Amino acid sequence: MSSNINFDMAIFARRKRANKIGLTLSMAAMAIGMICLLWILSILFYKGFSAINFNMFTASTPAPGTEGGGLANAIVGSLLLVGSCTFISTPVGVLAGLYLSEYGDRSKVASLTRFVTDIMLSAPSIVIGLFVYALYVAKVQHFSGWAGTIALALIAIPVVVRTTENMLRLVPGSLREAAYALGTPKWKVAFMITLRAAQSGIMTGILLALARVSGETAPLLFTALSNQFFSTDMNKPMANLPVVIFQFAMSPYDNWVSLAWGGSLLITFAVLGLNILARVVFREKVQG
Amino acid sequence: MNTLESAGSPTPLASRIARIQRIQDFLFHRVTQFFSLSVLFALLGIIISLFINAWPALKEFGPQFFITPSWDIVNDDFGGLIAIYGTLVSSLIALLIAVPLSFGIAFFLTEICPPPLRRPFGTAVELLAAVPSIIYGMFGLFVFAPIFGDYIEPALQATLGKIPLLGILFSGPPNGIGMLCAGLILALMILPFIASVMRDVFEIVPPVLKESAYGIGCTTWEVVKNVVLPYTKAGVIGGVMLGLGRALGETMAVTFVIGNAQRISASLFAPGSSIASTLANQFGEAEAGLHYSSLFALGLALFFITFVVLACAKWMLISMEKKQGVKS
Repeated sequence: MSSNINFDMAIFARRKRANKIGLTLSMAAMAIGMICLLWILSILFYKGFSAINFNMFTASTPAPGTEGGGLANAIVGSLLLVGSCTFISTPVGVLAGLYLSEYGDRSKVASLTRFVTDIMLSAPSIVIGLFVYALYVAKVQHFSGWAGTIALALIAIPVVVRTTENMLRLVPGSLREAAYALGTPKWKVAFMITLRAAQSGIMTGILLALARVSGETAPLLFTALSNQFFSTDMNKPMANLPVVIFQFAMSPYDNWVSLAWGGSLLITFAVLGLNILARVVFREKVQG
Repeated sequence: MNTLESAGSPTPLASRIARIQRIQDFLFHRVTQFFSLSVLFALLGIIISLFINAWPALKEFGPQFFITPSWDIVNDDFGGLIAIYGTLVSSLIALLIAVPLSFGIAFFLTEICPPPLRRPFGTAVELLAAVPSIIYGMFGLFVFAPIFGDYIEPALQATLGKIPLLGILFSGPPNGIGMLCAGLILALMILPFIASVMRDVFEIVPPVLKESAYGIGCTTWEVVKNVVLPYTKAGVIGGVMLGLGRALGETMAVTFVIGNAQRISASLFAPGSSIASTLANQFGEAEAGLHYSSLFALGLALFFITFVVLACAKWMLISMEKKQGVKS
């Protein structure tokens, strides 16, 4: 770039043009992203709402070739699986997160754990399914709701661990020191002070983990499988929305495909709702 | 911790309380440590159990398993190359499309977007990441693939298909579903992951750097190209690898649209299969024996590939964080 007064207009024009092209392409990229989101959601609403009726929540999945039917067994199954998964992953995840934030500063094992947790966050969920199959289903010789719960918990735990750790780290050290100065033992500080101060952040993590597992299909294929009938027995194969959607979408029956769309809408609502709820919980804390 | 003792002679009660508290603290330490180690054990368990179950196939076919393009269930002749090829090609297509788009989105969100709109737009991108993969599969199979096969594939054939050598990628009947379609749906899925990592790393560029560039008369594009990108290189690559890791292991969306044919075709329009889609389709029906254990060998290959990619991604992002010092 010359400091000459009569600088080269051609270069100037070229730079302006490059800038304009860059900005336009970037806006186009954003537009493409937004259009895709709106496209997916609008298709989902259009196809899903026509499938949703009262029957969907009361009747069980229909047999091949029969009319009508609903998703009641799948909805209940999904709730049971996700609920029991939360029950397992919350304490495990929070305690592990506590360790990483309260003791994990200098220890090599802790940083290795942190690294592995981050990898498990994105590990292919179908491999988790294979693992639980080999570990549990192959041993007890039948698919079951518990196997599905274990698979989902393995996916949820890393999410809870990482958010818990990050949220606990946001708690000011002075708060901990104030408690130590009063002679409070470490475990009491962790449970009564740090954990309480980070409460809503940890809630956010649990909600995000919930959102993550409620849409998971792959790990359930070989674990909970599915069940055509209404069942709340966790030791039997258990119907659940994602797997039912998968099976029904691939089927030749019109009413099955339509139920699959209805189920998809329900799942998306649940997942997006949980995500938004998690954000609201977190933001209230930050501002309040 | 021994303040009580050093303060002179402790009363018996005080030293008892101190002892109880030490035991409680010790328990607290060990219990939380146990749970955090459980994540490590889970990883080890996954690797070991995959390996044990894959062993019969690995013993039978040897390391050639991973480079043999055959999948013959009837004659018990298995090789992983078809699925590995499908996984790599579909993920590569996804990256080729998603990386420039995510860069555009991150650029928009950090530099162009008016500040009041940043949060809603950012949230929208993150919601795109939250949509479950099975929804992408449904969308891909019922909505996108028909349009893709009717309009876009013939158009590609009429233009890019005419170029010698390159044309073979776009040959064959335009069915909609196939490798290219799977790549496109995958691109859509990993787009938000890459975009939000890129946005996060773009945001940590010190304003002083950008302002000095603007001060000497750089355009927005030049600031991003010459200041922001070089500064955040490691983070950007980490984000891309993170997206790649997601794409490699993605199951449901791919299973819906890849076509599930056990062969390797030169054309991107042809159906194929990925490791994850093969597992999703066949594992339920596989009988104990070579088929079963070959599927585990595929799972092992998938886990290994994604592990390496994700470890690199993590390593890149950590080096980025170190550079930054503190990153929320």
